[in-house]
Amino acid sequence: MGEPFATRMRPGPDARPAGRILAGLDPMGTVFAGLLSLSLLALPLMIERPNRIAAGTSLMAWSALPAAAALAVLGIVGFAAALLTLRVAPSVRLAAGASALLLLGLAAGWAADHLTPPGDRYSRVSPDAGWWLAFVVAGLAAGDGLARLRPGPGTRIAALAAVTVLAGLALRSGFWDNLSIMREYAGHSDTFGREVRIHIGLALSSVTVAALIGIPAAILARPVPALRRTLLGFLNILQTIPSMALFGMLIAPLAWIGRSVPGAAELGIAGIGPAPALVALSAYALLPVAAATVAGLDAVPGPVRDAAQGVGMTGRQRLFQVDLPLALPALLTGIRIVLVQNIGLAVIAGLVGGGGLGVFVFQGISQNAGDLVLLGALPTVALASGSAVLLDAAIAVSRGRGAERAP
Amino acid sequence: MIALTGVSRVFGARAVVSNVSLKVEAGTILTIVGTSGSGKTTLLRMINRLVEPSAGTVRIAGRDIRDVPPHILRRGIGYAIQGHGLFPHRTVAENIAVVPRLLGWDRRRIAARVDALLALFHLDPGAYRDRFPAALSGGEQQRIGVARALAAEPPVLLMDEPFGALDPIIRGQAQADLLAIQRRTGTTVVLVTHDMDEALHLGDRIAVMDRGRLVQEAAPAALIGAPATDFVRALLGRGDRAFQLMALSVVDDLVEPGPAPGEPIPAGTSVRAALAESLWSQRPALPVSRDGVLLGRVTRTALEAQGARP
Repeated sequence: MGEPFATRMRPGPDARPAGRILAGLDPMGTVFAGLLSLSLLALPLMIERPNRIAAGTSLMAWSALPAAAALAVLGIVGFAAALLTLRVAPSVRLAAGASALLLLGLAAGWAADHLTPPGDRYSRVSPDAGWWLAFVVAGLAAGDGLARLRPGPGTRIAALAAVTVLAGLALRSGFWDNLSIMREYAGHSDTFGREVRIHIGLALSSVTVAALIGIPAAILARPVPALRRTLLGFLNILQTIPSMALFGMLIAPLAWIGRSVPGAAELGIAGIGPAPALVALSAYALLPVAAATVAGLDAVPGPVRDAAQGVGMTGRQRLFQVDLPLALPALLTGIRIVLVQNIGLAVIAGLVGGGGLGVFVFQGISQNAGDLVLLGALPTVALASGSAVLLDAAIAVSRGRGAERAP
Repeated sequence: MIALTGVSRVFGARAVVSNVSLKVEAGTILTIVGTSGSGKTTLLRMINRLVEPSAGTVRIAGRDIRDVPPHILRRGIGYAIQGHGLFPHRTVAENIAVVPRLLGWDRRRIAARVDALLALFHLDPGAYRDRFPAALSGGEQQRIGVARALAAEPPVLLMDEPFGALDPIIRGQAQADLLAIQRRTGTTVVLVTHDMDEALHLGDRIAVMDRGRLVQEAAPAALIGAPATDFVRALLGRGDRAFQLMALSVVDDLVEPGPAPGEPIPAGTSVRAALAESLWSQRPALPVSRDGVLLGRVTRTALEAQGARP
């Protein structure tokens, strides 16, 4: 009758209720849930200002939203937080994080509509500390759930596309138009598209230039120890020059080239403008690209290298058929680092007349308009995150062939 | 087939190989044996110009190998190494097809050759063709490595410790496969090993290297019977000489007419294994058969005589 004695008396944390509850909690999810609760219950959700630069009033979630909306946001985000504390399936974690994100997006729009008096064109409503913290935590929770699902490259790109389409639809629908940052956009919509294109162009072309110089330089210098030390040492020093100083150093020589070399000025080479920005961004990208190429080639196994030579491949065949394909994942990792880095760094171009999203950031700083800064900063963050996801997928694809193990 | 004349290689101030002269007859196996640092691998790598000799000449089929561009030369010489060196991003079929593809064979001929080689190494082409090296066992990887070396039917095959990473059982099978395939194709093989038993088992001739010098080059029985230096004697081991010698010959030649009790042994059994069987089963004579046909018997006395110093 009953369970055997040994089973009933089994020692360990399971025997005590407190231990059993602790064992059922997900450590990371519990932190997420704690931060979510803190951000929505103890920090202001939105801030309201009578005009663009005036001091504002911080509002808690229940004051910033109509009663029904406040209930919906607190209820659903609260339920999601509760789910995250438990050891639930990764797909549930993803769903909890994603629905918290969705509700925060809705909350921002609802609050803006709720707090803006009808017809008022001067008052500004922006997310405050609580909203931002909750948004970051919900994003991390969703990302954590997605990562635990171990998605393939296709799934990751699909997830990125879905988020992009959803955000695009919400922006076009005018749902957030009463938010301060969208009012800044409305004021700068004539130049916004151009600056985004310039920004992307600066980042992509600087990485391309760095790849075209850095990869061949690394391939040529790697086999000769002295040359390799010199190359990496030089690029290391380049990397340590502060970006502002590098711009300053470039003004004189580039202005001279623009004046003296025929045709250079027509190409846009001058002391200020896109030329110094492109040169500086390319210089910063060189070290990671060259170092990644060297590391990737170094990681090609000795016997593989020996066999490639022994079967009668020429130097070029060895490089393109064996060494570079095997170094590709490491090489792409280097490209990923510099692309994300340069999308961020390209903001500096706004300071030297190079254009890009930095234009809004520095205008915003000079006008003391925080939301104009955000109009430059948020798209920069989105671009950097999106390109990181795309390149991570490319790296996974490049690793795929031959990486499979015996069952 | 292969002739080395006064070949030396100096790295900095150190002579890794000094003044080695050697001949390998066509269709035979030469094993180069020595301790690590003896220069045996460098000697091998000078035959396909992975290392250029500092002095001396290497000729293959009468032709000085310096007259051929290195990559062209290597496409005509099979090359198999320890740890196989398979290309991890290429399938088994692509790995085997490397040299035929470099030589510009047409697609159909390459596919047929890949399947034939897989079958030769007891691997089902349908199951193995499209796998990646990482999905193979160590023994399978090693077989694909040798298959790749043989893909373009080279007259010469160079092997650098090809079985060094295998466990003893798979190793024995790989050695037997190599002997069978070499006998069928008539390839001239030069094989480097640090294992004297492997050298004795596989080599028609054995070259012993010590600190860059060739100290002895002889047939297995002659090497066991008359080691030229203390180093060769040390490599052979002290007490096993008689058994090493017995392992070299088979009972086929010792068969005499007459009856013997018990299960017959195949005529291809080595003298050493036959003696062991005779002692184990306490039979002074063993019946011998070939393909199920009884040939006669072999006596323990005849077997024991094979262990005597030549």
